[in-house]
Amino acid sequence: MAGQLEKVTLGKSITNGLRKAMEVDPKVVLIGEDIGKLGGVFRITEGLQKDFGEDRVIDSPLAESGIVGTAVGMALRGYRPVCEIQFDGFVYPAFDQIVSQVAKMHARALGAVKIPMVIRIPFGGGIGSPEHHSESPEAYFAHTAGLRVVACSNPEDAHWMIQQAVACDDPVIFFEPKRRYHDRAEYDTSATVAPRGLFEANVLREGTDVTLLGYGPVVKTMLESAAAAEAEGTSIEVIDLRSLSPLPIETIVASVRKTGRLVIVQEASSYLGMASEISAQVTEQCFYELEAPVIRVAGANIPYPPSRMEEEFLPDLDRILDGVDRALAY
Amino acid sequence: MSDKVVAELQEPTPAVGDGGPDMIQLLTPEGQRVSHPDYDKYVADLTPEDLRSFYRDLVLIRRLDAEGYALQRQGELGLWPSLLGQEAAQVGSGRALKPHDFVFPTYREHGVGFVRGMDPQSSLQLFRGVSQGGWDPQENNFHLYTIVIGAQALHATGYAMGVRMDGNVGTGDPDRDTAVICYFGDGASSQGDVNEAFVYAASFDAPVVFFCQNNQWAISEPVEKQTRIPLFQRARGFGFPGVRVDGNDILATYAVTQHCLDEARNGNGPLLIEAYTYRMGAHTTADDPTKYRVSAEVEEWKFRDPILRLKTLLAHEGMADEEFFARIDEEADQFAAELREGCVTMETMPGETMWDHVYAEDHPVMEAERAAYLAYKASFEEAN
Repeated sequence: MAGQLEKVTLGKSITNGLRKAMEVDPKVVLIGEDIGKLGGVFRITEGLQKDFGEDRVIDSPLAESGIVGTAVGMALRGYRPVCEIQFDGFVYPAFDQIVSQVAKMHARALGAVKIPMVIRIPFGGGIGSPEHHSESPEAYFAHTAGLRVVACSNPEDAHWMIQQAVACDDPVIFFEPKRRYHDRAEYDTSATVAPRGLFEANVLREGTDVTLLGYGPVVKTMLESAAAAEAEGTSIEVIDLRSLSPLPIETIVASVRKTGRLVIVQEASSYLGMASEISAQVTEQCFYELEAPVIRVAGANIPYPPSRMEEEFLPDLDRILDGVDRALAY
Repeated sequence: MSDKVVAELQEPTPAVGDGGPDMIQLLTPEGQRVSHPDYDKYVADLTPEDLRSFYRDLVLIRRLDAEGYALQRQGELGLWPSLLGQEAAQVGSGRALKPHDFVFPTYREHGVGFVRGMDPQSSLQLFRGVSQGGWDPQENNFHLYTIVIGAQALHATGYAMGVRMDGNVGTGDPDRDTAVICYFGDGASSQGDVNEAFVYAASFDAPVVFFCQNNQWAISEPVEKQTRIPLFQRARGFGFPGVRVDGNDILATYAVTQHCLDEARNGNGPLLIEAYTYRMGAHTTADDPTKYRVSAEVEEWKFRDPILRLKTLLAHEGMADEEFFARIDEEADQFAAELREGCVTMETMPGETMWDHVYAEDHPVMEAERAAYLAYKASFEEAN
């Protein structure tokens, strides 16, 4: 069967993925603030309430702990809830429910109950918003056993990863790069098999000198950086991590064994972030292959700055290339 | 604002004291059956046999509690949260439930679990430290204990929203219409999750009954620290009915819970019940109530004992004799012996099972850590 190539935005790819998940399984329900008639502040659930009804696309009261806590109850009743948290900085009122309830319930029941829940969180900066709208809280969740954490970076992945997350029997924290919602890419929207598993990394570009690793919004910047470096004669391997927990460490290690250098990019503050853990694991496994210390290119260790200053905070092409240069200096 | 509302605000039913005139009571502390126009019908069909079995449940769970306390003092349990004084609230409400209703307990509802048919050992395993819960909630429609105060109120509400989405509310089919009951305490009434649960339950007409055991104390803090008005009146602000019942009166708690569960099953949920009772013991075995409350208060509540008043009724009405009471005491002794035996022989699972249920699906970290642990353990055996 001929594929149906379409150019779709990242945001619309999530919408389409959610629609497919809801068609496949009548137990899939969406819950969140403004997700019904409005379709969410980013319009990710646009049109879904009209097609699936108010019981399956639930406009919640304005209380995030309530969104996640009631979703736990729905999961116990046999539903597969997909929660929408409106912005990264608004997830904290639900933190207890996520960390103490969602993450632990399967273990506490010795496997007798499952919590097949997805919590969608638009994350990261670069959209000129006031405070609490641009954060990168992924490390809190990746640190918590019982949760799985993923981040998509491009439309085709978004389309598949949201469906895979909904199908997963474990709770999945699903990070969406909000400043990439309007990025478009062409892919086969009629395909029936996902190109790769949800918890696998993806080598987007092969190279020999340096491995560049990141996830979510910075992946596009990493690809631009690799293209710029190539013009200067540096061959960069670019890996989209995709899965923050579990960590697809084999893919990273295989690449670092080849290049001997690793630069990790994240918008989150560097201290105890994803890059810290990856750096530790790569050092443990690639001690003799490393030609340079693992370099982190990350947000500063400050509260997210006012939006007029955010370009100074976020890793951009120049800072990534500076990180590459530092790795190559050894 | 109507004059009536203003008057109520000026002279509210006391948050503390003897429960006030709004408290539903069918059996006085002296064991006298008193009539109530709205609730008599819910106990009218109870036979002497039913009342004797209520008495048995009360005695056995008080014994379960006494054993839990003793086992902790003997080092067999890490901690024990006592239900002493709250037996009628738990048995009365628990016995009002149908098998297909669903219960979300705190960590103190050993009595509700017992009347739901839970193995009494179940409540001990968490406190013995052999599991973090460990039972299948679907077996008796009794969820795991929740220790984070009030968090389960949202789970109950979401579960009840699911019941409604399933179409199991207001059908008129008694085997299908389902209610959810959520237990919590006076302290939990201050929690955000409980208040959010009230909002969600009201917005989605969830078939949930919020059952607040106001035992007057949240560890060391009296109920006045949690509320200015009687807790049952909070429901009004959320737009659903609230009722205060004498939590030490098993007939009243049974009747009021029956009524509220029926309302929920018929699609008139949510509802709030405030069971007015008293925590006769410490918060847990780690607590020392002599530091913050006077013994006169405890002595006063002894006169309102939930078991004694039912015993008085049974004896005065000729529904039970000395032989019956002696037989229940014997059964309690036997029950206690089995409980102790079961507790001390409860097995600790081997270390390598720690990774077994963290995730439902395969997880590389679980497998790698388990393998590393086993290899580490094996290295000692090889060395020997």
